[in-house]
Amino acid sequence: MSQVPIFRMRRAVVHGLLGGYTLIAILPVLLIIMNSFKDRKAIFNHPLSPPGPASFSLIGYETVLKQGDFLAYFQNSLIVTIGSLFFILLFGAMASFALTEYRFRGNVFIGLFLALGVMVPIRLGTIAILEMMAKSGLVNSLFALILVYTAQGLPLACFVLSEFMRTVSADLKNAGRVDGLSEYVVFFRLVLPLVRPAMATVAIFSMIPIWNDLWFPLILAPSEATKTITLGTQVFIGQFVTNWNAVLAALTLSLTPALVLYLIFSRQLIRGLTAGAVK
Amino acid sequence: MSEPVHIRRPRRWHIAVFLAPALAVYTTLMVIPLVETLRLSLFTEQDQVRSFVGLGNFITLFGDPRWAQAFWNALLNNIEFFSIHMAVQNPVGIALAALLSVPRLRGRAAYRTTLFMPTMLSFVVIGFIWKLILSPLWGVTPSIMAAIGLKSLFGPWLGQEDTALIAVSLVSVWQYIGIPMMLIYAALLSIPEEVIEAAECDGVVGVAQFWKIKLPLILPAIGLISVLTFVANFNAFDLIYVSQGALAGPNFATDILGTFLYRTFFGHQLQLGDQHMGATIATVMFLIILSVVAFYLLVIQRRMRRYEF
Repeated sequence: MSQVPIFRMRRAVVHGLLGGYTLIAILPVLLIIMNSFKDRKAIFNHPLSPPGPASFSLIGYETVLKQGDFLAYFQNSLIVTIGSLFFILLFGAMASFALTEYRFRGNVFIGLFLALGVMVPIRLGTIAILEMMAKSGLVNSLFALILVYTAQGLPLACFVLSEFMRTVSADLKNAGRVDGLSEYVVFFRLVLPLVRPAMATVAIFSMIPIWNDLWFPLILAPSEATKTITLGTQVFIGQFVTNWNAVLAALTLSLTPALVLYLIFSRQLIRGLTAGAVK
Repeated sequence: MSEPVHIRRPRRWHIAVFLAPALAVYTTLMVIPLVETLRLSLFTEQDQVRSFVGLGNFITLFGDPRWAQAFWNALLNNIEFFSIHMAVQNPVGIALAALLSVPRLRGRAAYRTTLFMPTMLSFVVIGFIWKLILSPLWGVTPSIMAAIGLKSLFGPWLGQEDTALIAVSLVSVWQYIGIPMMLIYAALLSIPEEVIEAAECDGVVGVAQFWKIKLPLILPAIGLISVLTFVANFNAFDLIYVSQGALAGPNFATDILGTFLYRTFFGHQLQLGDQHMGATIATVMFLIILSVVAFYLLVIQRRMRRYEF
């Protein structure tokens, strides 16, 4: 007879725990966004209350937009991320098609060679990468970043895409070949459209570390013209440490694009992370 | 049987074309620089002349008191950084995943989305957010702690030598927790229905079911998470650089291998950057990561096979 109350109590405990941790997860971010819209006095006197008509102020944003070129940083990040994703997906799909479709000598070796990069971080080669970029005059160019991130993303992309390439029906490809299509047409016209969902998953996966990286922009492209939003935020805040309005506004500007993208793609991302266990 | 296979198949150039771009980029920007970095660690430079010193740089790194002290400090801090991740992130991640996988839970998708959110943000943003929140100047944390009656426990955690590393590690755990949570959640969801039903028939339900049935089955996922965390922790840099600076203050209390490598390579204050000592540190990091990954792949993962369905 006490089954239902116990069940209800359990549910309440589960929701209490999850809700509590949700608060821990989002409160810090909310606090920053909220306070970025307040004047200095309100930031310090009532940090926990949302902006009201009396405390509302955009002074931080005015400083940021006047002093830092956030629009340009944002654009740089966009170019680097989209450029890298394009090459990761194109080259990754081509390589994984070759590795799964054809039998040839060295197939297994190349697969293992690429898999090595999944576990070994590319950062360990930074010293030689910088030397190479300096020699070829690519320091302080967005292209240098795109190259590095493409190399960084390829191993995992090949790994994931190979799994999906195997599921494409052989009959379809062979039908295309009987009709006289070349291997290139078979790949680009028949196979590629079929693995689009997998490509989307790989894109979302690969995007996060590229967009958020500080190490390579700091070392390979620190010039004003090539700063990404992550590096731009870091440098800007370093200069304006004492201007709380500006710091809070810069943080909000920097985290908003990632947050918006996440909210749009979260379902796909989580499905990818959990390998389809979540529908 | 009549014609032996001396009819040569046409060379399949398309295979090379498909493979070439990926292999070219990967080899030039990842494999060659890595090998080159390992090679540079065997050289030194004086008056712009590069000369071979064998393991001389490693002897300096481990033997010269000035280098050895900084190196062991960074390595031990890194181990502590990793240990805190393992001790906090795994239990909390498992607990959250277990809660999320409670059957017929309302608002599951919303919980999932919000709990994973911090993982998406950059270390730069995270580092500054927590630096502000923990700052005694702003006073958000003291006032929150006052509300639950713990105000006396507050301290400038990021600024004190004995608490800074713990504080930074916990910030990193806060951000990273989404990954273990999701991977374990997926592992929990993939446990076959029959296994759970069989357990229920035997009267193993609720918390006991979790400990006796589910936990052993998700051990492979925990193993994978541990090695992923290890690799991430042993080349971490961004968070410490942002919240504590390149000097990993206070007094190098939060210095880990990533920040030590950065300072050695680029120089700081009066010390000039040293490419070859930088390469030496990168090589040591590479060997540490490689040996742990190899141990995981060859020893741990093989033993765990037997739990698979």
